[in-house]
Parts: sequence; C-alpha cells; structure tokens
Amino acid sequence: MNGYLDHAATGPMRPEAVDAMMPYFSGEFANPSGAHRAARAARRVLEDAREEFAELVGARAGEVIFTSGGTESDNLAIYGLGVPGGVAVCSQFEHHAVLDPVEAEGGVLIPVDETGMISVEQASAILSSLENVRVVSFMAVNNEIGVIQPLSELAKIVRRKTDHAVFHSDAVQAFCWTDPTVLLADVDSFSLSAHKFGGPKGVGALIVRTDVPVHARQLGGGQERERRSGTQNVPGIVGMVTAARLCANERNEEVARLSKLRDKLLDGLLQAIPDAIETAGSDRTQRAGGIAHLCFPGVESEALLFLLERQDVYASAASSCASGAVQISHVLTAMGIDNEIAKGSLRLSLGWSSTEEDVDLALRVIPPAVERLRQFGV
Amino acid sequence: MNVLVAMSGGVDSSVAAALLRDEGHDVVGVTLKLWGGDSDSGCCSVSDVDDARRVAHQLGIEHLVFNFSEDFDRNVVEPYVHDHSVGLTPNPCIECNRHLKFDRLFVRAEALGFDAVATGHHAQIVQTADGKRIGRGADHDKDQSYVIHMMSTEQIEKLLLPIGHLRKEEVRARAAELGLRTAQKPDSQDVCFITRAGGGRKVFLGDRIPMHPGRVIDKSGQQLGSVEAVEMVTLGQRRGFGIGIDGKPRFAIDVDVPNRTVVVGEVDDLNVRNETLHTVTWADAAAQEKAQSQPLVAQASAHGEPIAVQKIEIDGENVIVTWAQPHRRIAPGQSVVFYCDDVVVGGGIVARPQSLDS
Repeated sequence: MNGYLDHAATGPMRPEAVDAMMPYFSGEFANPSGAHRAARAARRVLEDAREEFAELVGARAGEVIFTSGGTESDNLAIYGLGVPGGVAVCSQFEHHAVLDPVEAEGGVLIPVDETGMISVEQASAILSSLENVRVVSFMAVNNEIGVIQPLSELAKIVRRKTDHAVFHSDAVQAFCWTDPTVLLADVDSFSLSAHKFGGPKGVGALIVRTDVPVHARQLGGGQERERRSGTQNVPGIVGMVTAARLCANERNEEVARLSKLRDKLLDGLLQAIPDAIETAGSDRTQRAGGIAHLCFPGVESEALLFLLERQDVYASAASSCASGAVQISHVLTAMGIDNEIAKGSLRLSLGWSSTEEDVDLALRVIPPAVERLRQFGV
Repeated sequence: MNVLVAMSGGVDSSVAAALLRDEGHDVVGVTLKLWGGDSDSGCCSVSDVDDARRVAHQLGIEHLVFNFSEDFDRNVVEPYVHDHSVGLTPNPCIECNRHLKFDRLFVRAEALGFDAVATGHHAQIVQTADGKRIGRGADHDKDQSYVIHMMSTEQIEKLLLPIGHLRKEEVRARAAELGLRTAQKPDSQDVCFITRAGGGRKVFLGDRIPMHPGRVIDKSGQQLGSVEAVEMVTLGQRRGFGIGIDGKPRFAIDVDVPNRTVVVGEVDDLNVRNETLHTVTWADAAAQEKAQSQPLVAQASAHGEPIAVQKIEIDGENVIVTWAQPHRRIAPGQSVVFYCDDVVVGGGIVARPQSLDS
C-alpha cells in the first residue's frame, strides 16, 4: 500500500511468514497437546519454533510463553509475575496494556521527562520510598514517540532500590529497532507481539527468566507449562518465528535504511511547515529508526488524518478511545506537552515494506494539508 | 457533491445517508463524540457510534468519528450546569446545534473539502423569495425545525436535510428495506449526557453545583413549605406544590435562586402578555426586517403548540414579543422560535424578568 506510514500500529505480513503458516491450517492441523502421531508432529513444529524464537530473543526455550499478543503478555506480567501481593510500578507513559493493569492494582507511576525518557532520578527516589514492590514495568521503546528508554540504568535502580522486585519490559515496539538478545541482561521478563515485525496478528510471547515464578491468569488445559492455558496457535507461532528470523537477520541494514528515510521525512516536514515541532527533541540517536513524531500547532490531528488518507497517506495521531475518536495522548501529556500542541500530533512510522516513494508522497501531501487546516483554524 | 453526513447512530440519519448515497453523492458519515463522561446511552455512546459505523459499512460509505467533547463540555454542559445554578431552564440540544453541529462541524467540513453537511433532522429546506430557510418537517409530530432554528440563510446554502419530506414511518420503512440495523431503534429522548442509570438530572447537577433547600411562599410572602433544591424547580412547575386552600392546583410562579425562594400561585398568575428574548438569531437581514410586519406564530418547546403573536419589537440586542392572548409564562432559558407560514424566521432565549436580575 503506497503511502502506508503506520507500521507502529501494524504492518503487512512478510510473504515468507504467510507461506510458512499455510501448512498448519488444514494439512498439519493437529492439536500439539494430543496423544497421537499427528499431534506429536504438531508438537514438534511448536517446540522447534519455540527453540528458534528463544534463540532470536536471547532466551532459553523454557523461558518463552506463547500468548495471544502484547496486551496479554503485559497483563500476565503485571498480574502474574513475582510473589503475589505487593506494589506494581510503571512509567506514566506506558502502553495501556501495562498502565491500566498497574492503575487497576493501585500501583505507582514514575514521571517521564520532556525528552521522552523515563526519569532515572525520579525512579530512584520513588522506588526508595516504596516498600514491598512486586513488579516494575518500563517499556523498551515508547510506541508513540519512538524514544528508546534507558533500561540498563533503570535496571540498576530496580535492583538497588527494591527487594527483589521483578523487572518487566514492554518490548512490543522494540523488536525491529533494538537487539532483543541483550534484554535479559537487564530485565526479568519482556513482551513481544508478532504483528509489529511482519508476523500475524493475535500472537505474541512473554519471555520470563526461569527463576521468576509465573502465576497463570488464564487457567485450563495447562499448556505453556501451566503458565498460560489454551491450545497454542501453531500457524500463528510459525508465522511469528519466520518473521522474527527475517527481521533479526536484516535488522542492522534495515535500521540504517529506515533511519535515513525517517530523517528525510522529518527534515522535509520541518523545513516545509513553519512552527512544526519534532517531538522529543532532535537527538534522533535515542529514537527507534522508523518512528517520526511531530506536532503542528494550530492543527487538529483528526482533521489532518482525513486530508492525508484522501491522498493515500496513512498515519496516526494519538491513541483512539473505544468509540474510535482521537483523544489527547497520555504520552504527550506525561511529557508536559501543552494540550493545544498535543492536539496537532502526527506519528509517521516506517517498516520493512516502506520505500522512498512513501516518504516522497508524504512530503508532497502533508505540508499543503497542514497549511489548509491552519487557514480554516481547524 | 461531497457530502458529510452527521450520523448519530439513529434511524433518521442512517436513512439520510442512504438517500444521499442513492442520489449519487460522494458521502462520508461522521459521528460526533461529544460527551467524555460515563454516559453510555443517549446520542454520544460507544454503542451508538457502533451503530453508525455498521450502517456506514452496510451503505458502503466511509465513516469517521470526530472528538468534539472538549467543545461540547465548554459550550453545552458547562452552560447547562451554570444556568441551573441561577434558576434558568436551558435547552442543551439547541446549544449543541448552535455551537457544535452548525458551527464546529460546518467549519471542519469546509476545511476537509466537503461541499455540504447533511443531518437527519425532520425539517425541510424551503426556497423563499429571500433565500433558503428552514421549514417544518413533513411529519409535524416529529418536526425538529425548532431545535435547528438558529441556522442562517448563508449556512442553509451548505445544508442538506434529506429526510425532512418523509414521515417517520416512511423513514423506518426505508431503513427496513435496506436492512439497516437501526430500522427499529427507538427515538432518542431527553438530554443525551444525563442518564437515568447515573441518577438523572438531580444527581448530575448535584455532583457539579451546590443544591440549596428553598422556602416555598405564596404571593403575600407567607411560607407554605419548602423544597429540597431550589435549583431543580422550573417556572410553571406544578409537581410538588399541592393544592391551595381554594382547592386549585399551585404552580411555581417565580424561582429566585439567590434568595432560595419559590413563589407559588394559581395558573392565572403565570399568564403574561410579553416575553423578552436575548441571544436572538434571524435567518437573515430580510427575515429580521419583515418580522415586525408579518403575521408570526411562536413555538416555545420542541413540540409545543403554536402561540399567536400580536407583535414583536426589536430593542437593541433583545426582542420583546407580545402575545395575541395572555399566555402562560415560558421558563427563562427556554427558546422561542418564530415562524411565518411554517418557515423559521428567527428565535431567541427567554430572559429572566428584570425583578430577578436586580
């Protein structure tokens, strides 16, 4: 799809991943938990996939729990990791899959600074003041503004300032941009979602170090070593692993290629549109290669998105609420960005299928659209 | 034409979108998210957005959601609450149309390149010698010209009212023919941001403004009883005031919030010859000019009976209307709309009697 610049929401599947899934829908369809030959064959496919995925993310096979995606993985981490009872802690601008469970548990939120980083100082001070912290969750890459978070520094704080709290990271947005094999050096668990890196929707994983107890949230047949019941989505898992392999193999080249395109896009827009603001400052080395985030004062995102889609540029603004309406992003609010500016936010995100044509189209379409809306004062 | 149809998720706007599509227009539906509160009924709930979206899917048109909740809060909900705190009886649907549908939405539609905005109101666009005006819907029982009376002739040039010539049964029949999920959906009622489940108007207002007990007195000043919340009493209200010693029902004939007092009297005490209106709008300059010489009737509620007008006088920003016969007082805050031959000429909001302002 030409002009598709919403890869951080989701992207097209890798054709290889689609192909890899096909045998497991109606040919080799058996339930991997079954007791016959066909089931054992499915089990082998599942465990091969698990081993390969573990290697790609720097874990052991037993540390991979397959789930239905990022939200389930994050919920399982917040509710199910560590010793029951105790306080949950996360940053103010986590994805709602972390933020909402932490808030529902009466947890504590750590402020972020104006550059879009979780404040290490504040984390230190707040964690020191708390007792009985059970789980701390800090995202690896912010899904809206693309800022890569200082996980190693935060990990030291969590170790030093808490009494064996589990350190979880929502790494859903990170897989394409940073090396996941280094994550377990800092965190005890992290979550991934296949459709963010060219795999299918509805499948993901929670990686948990073997020494961290997992209290299952979803009970039933005891699959995934009693940590997550439910028949495994074999075709989905195979598709996820295939996409993960391609993404990991090409990561360095793709980060370089897409960072260049992202820079062209950002520089072009900043030059063409007076007063455009590059969110989270201009230090792009601390940001995911494919995520560009801007604010256009005097413009409303939901109007801008419509003008863009009319010319085949697909982007996103802030988060959507249940009705589908655009609402002001809690990420930008947490960073202290004024509502009037946050109203005009635009996220353009690139992925494996993005090309220079996509960027050129966006550069042709966006500046006149912003100009038009400013003329009408909307 | 490129037409943006405001789709509430009800049957009228569903059919409005269908008719425009069938006429060959390039139609996009939009549902306004107006209320960010806990209301899940009325005109701004998630299930209504779902209905509008599914109807758009069935019709094969695009559907958008615009989040106007901040403006709605500022221009509709806050004034509604404030008006109650000073003893007025506001009509939030009129303010929503004035500020949201026919201001905010019109501006945005134009910015997005639409040629016209359509709604599912039961009202018709009438061509007069002076230009286009709002006329009553063909279904007089469902007529909504009253709530959209503030449209100017200039705005009406960019407005379409596709179902105004149909009766409600015809609208439902058309929806059923098309298999639309909204065909049998009940008409929306009451104020959309206040739900019965949430405790109704009393709880809604009680959460936002202090409620004060008030004295109930008669015209001579003698105390007859009390009310729990003077802010909840509407001028002309009968409920709660019982029967006088003469055996006749008593009505609130004056509501004085600052002094926490409700004066009750007989129905005849409510009759007046004049009302003063503020926030007056006219369809256009010609309408304003002719209003003082044409025979007019007035309407003082959404489906109220026509009231014969003897004359109107324009007094600066205000209009003083004199009824042909003494008429029961209209609660301050309510709108009065003037019609000439079933066509809207203008309208305004009933002011408080000056005795209360002092």
